Amino acid sequence: MELKLSDEQRAFRDEVRTFFKENVPDDIRKTMVESGHPTKEQFQRWTKILAYKGWGAPHWPEEHGGTGWGPVEQYIFLEELQAYPAPAPLPFGVNMVGPVIYTFGNEEQKQTYLPRILDLTDWWCQGFSEPGAGSDLASLKTRAVKEGDHYIVNGQKTWTTLAQHADWIFCLVRTDPDADKPQKGISFLLIDMKSEGITVRPIQTVDGGVEVNEVFFDDVKVPVENLVGEENKGWDYAKFLLGNERTNIARIGMSKHAAKRIRELAGIELAGGKPLIEDRRFAEKLAMLEIDLKSLEITQMRVVADDAKNPNAKTPNPASSILKIKGSEIQQRCTELLMEVMGPYAAPRQHDDYLGHNEPPIGPDYAAHAAPGYFNYRKVSIYGGSNEIQKNIIAKAVLGF
Amino acid sequence: MDFDLTEEQSMLKDSLDRLLSDNYGFEDREKIRKAEPGWSRDVWAQLAELGLLMLPFAEEDGGFGGGPEDVMLAMESLGGALSLEPFLATVVLAGGALREAGSDEQRGELVPQIVGGELVMALAHGERGARYTLSHVETTAKKDGDSYVLNGEKSIVLHGADAHKLIVSARTSDDAADEDGISLFLVDADADGISRRGYRLQDDRPAAEITLSDVRVPDSARLGAEGQGYGVLAKVHDQAIAALAAEAVGLLTRILATTTQYLKDRKQFGVPIAKFQVLQHDSVDIFVALEQIRSIAMYATSEADNEDAEIRSRAASAAKVMLGQDGRKAAETAIQLHGGVGVTMEYAISHYFKRMTVNDMLFGNADHHLKRIAETGSLLES
Repeated sequence: MELKLSDEQRAFRDEVRTFFKENVPDDIRKTMVESGHPTKEQFQRWTKILAYKGWGAPHWPEEHGGTGWGPVEQYIFLEELQAYPAPAPLPFGVNMVGPVIYTFGNEEQKQTYLPRILDLTDWWCQGFSEPGAGSDLASLKTRAVKEGDHYIVNGQKTWTTLAQHADWIFCLVRTDPDADKPQKGISFLLIDMKSEGITVRPIQTVDGGVEVNEVFFDDVKVPVENLVGEENKGWDYAKFLLGNERTNIARIGMSKHAAKRIRELAGIELAGGKPLIEDRRFAEKLAMLEIDLKSLEITQMRVVADDAKNPNAKTPNPASSILKIKGSEIQQRCTELLMEVMGPYAAPRQHDDYLGHNEPPIGPDYAAHAAPGYFNYRKVSIYGGSNEIQKNIIAKAVLGF
Repeated sequence: MDFDLTEEQSMLKDSLDRLLSDNYGFEDREKIRKAEPGWSRDVWAQLAELGLLMLPFAEEDGGFGGGPEDVMLAMESLGGALSLEPFLATVVLAGGALREAGSDEQRGELVPQIVGGELVMALAHGERGARYTLSHVETTAKKDGDSYVLNGEKSIVLHGADAHKLIVSARTSDDAADEDGISLFLVDADADGISRRGYRLQDDRPAAEITLSDVRVPDSARLGAEGQGYGVLAKVHDQAIAALAAEAVGLLTRILATTTQYLKDRKQFGVPIAKFQVLQHDSVDIFVALEQIRSIAMYATSEADNEDAEIRSRAASAAKVMLGQDGRKAAETAIQLHGGVGVTMEYAISHYFKRMTVNDMLFGNADHHLKRIAETGSLLES
């Protein structure tokens, strides 16, 4: 048993770390430290830098522009990226639709879409959830009816993250409403966001920001060649997509960065004239967070080491199923503790977006995003299969209930 | 980054698990715990024969030359069987002090006897006034010619009543709470001036209160340098905590298996109660605790030999906090899921619950260790 990185792995980590130090633009790092919400332009600029280096989608097969790294290297890369911190490659293209296209798409789709995902020429968004289809995703109602060489799409998607920036949306649509099981009549369609009949309506979230949207489809014409794989097999592709996210789901690097920042700022902020970090109750809460994080880091490493050893395993290491639950809880506790560092200065509402502002801050200049960050991160135990759904999955798959 | 067992380790673990399932099932253990001395000399001899007692001792002393990782494997299996045997007391605690501070002669004499299963030892360190402060030693050792005279009272000494030899901590200088001035002594358990009151802990492990009145030992009985015992005690306690963390993995593995099986078997409202989502989610909480504790046990184990005392201690403390919080919570949940039978002695689950509860009281509880981490800076930088 060896928990530390090998010499080779450490050398790789140093290479990655140096690359971030030398190549992440300062303004982007600053945005990541302060709010964690880069602008569209920052995302595009940073993704081009990564893509130029050949690191636009590290986990993809090399033939499609990936790196050929194993699970351990991918893990180290994401850890270092989050801990720097720099924005992770936009997941909707790189983690979600990209692998679906290179696994199930045809040759033309691969050539058309994959290169444009790597450098963010195309900004993708995800059209899965609907107002009536959240945890019960298979109950989705958006209809696609084939007419000649087009599908006519009608319906509504929701919680569509950053759809306001998107060029394309990948959608689950119902193509066979009479199938004997709801999962069986679903197809996977790629839709140009500039198509006539698409309307995007922003949803202001609890933190005041606009990150998610509703997307309406009103007789939208989609060429049949935009179908991925086979008609009515979309559910299989969706399951593949959702099961694809094991290496990064716990976001250890991000929480490590957050814990470090909490400790740093708690050393500056005063409580009764003394640094907050000297308050025993606070210090113990931070220590407890670090203990849980340390343990989850090792759980993550166990899963990664297992993936590296058994690349073709049909069933994942059972421990992988807790990464989402524990990872999201820890991320939420980080935002909560950071908010607590600010004390009463977490209370003033300073701006309802994550853009830079010129007016002088109220209180410490790092206080403005603390409460919104906490509000915003309630999402992490809800999206990607809520923690309750995760528990259902573990109950069935691991405990055999 | 490597989490695999060696072939040798896998084989040992298989043999140990087989030995325990043949000789240490719940009914076997019931007989053992209800009789004197509260553990099984027969099983202990079998463990010696298997080579389990030699694991962490150096080859030149007659040991196997293993380390904390081998102790982890042993403790996990022993924990699964709710072992009452003196492995922790003899091999990890007293044996650890012997490894750290024993002279060639001391090790040469004692290690082969431990390895052979003939010698049971105990570490007599705790005192009532100390609670969990490791440096708090009021017991004194006064130099008198070429011997020392020991006086004081030692509390909750695991296997203290059955041990043939004790390692006793006593103050040769400085004040009660100082780290300096603590010395360690090898003492025959039946030496003049020693009285022992044996009893069982809540989870049936044997322990003792030990009084030392003018116990005279020769200079040659001192273990390590005079006044330098604290570092030894600190390391040995960190290793014992890593061992308890491994034991907890064994405990929780059984707790989870027993509980999920119970939920599948037990019917109410015409269905197995495993169908109820609330009970499913509570079971998942136990699973999560098990996997997180497995990870932190690996962490404490991997640092248990670290010469950097601060890194080693922080890892041990982190594990002990999780045992006392997540581990106990999981055991409580398991009792709740069992319903009425969970609070009877007849079901194994109650015994697992008690072991987990008592382990929080040994070597510093969760609050003690959380405070210790909070006072020493970030856990993440190590």
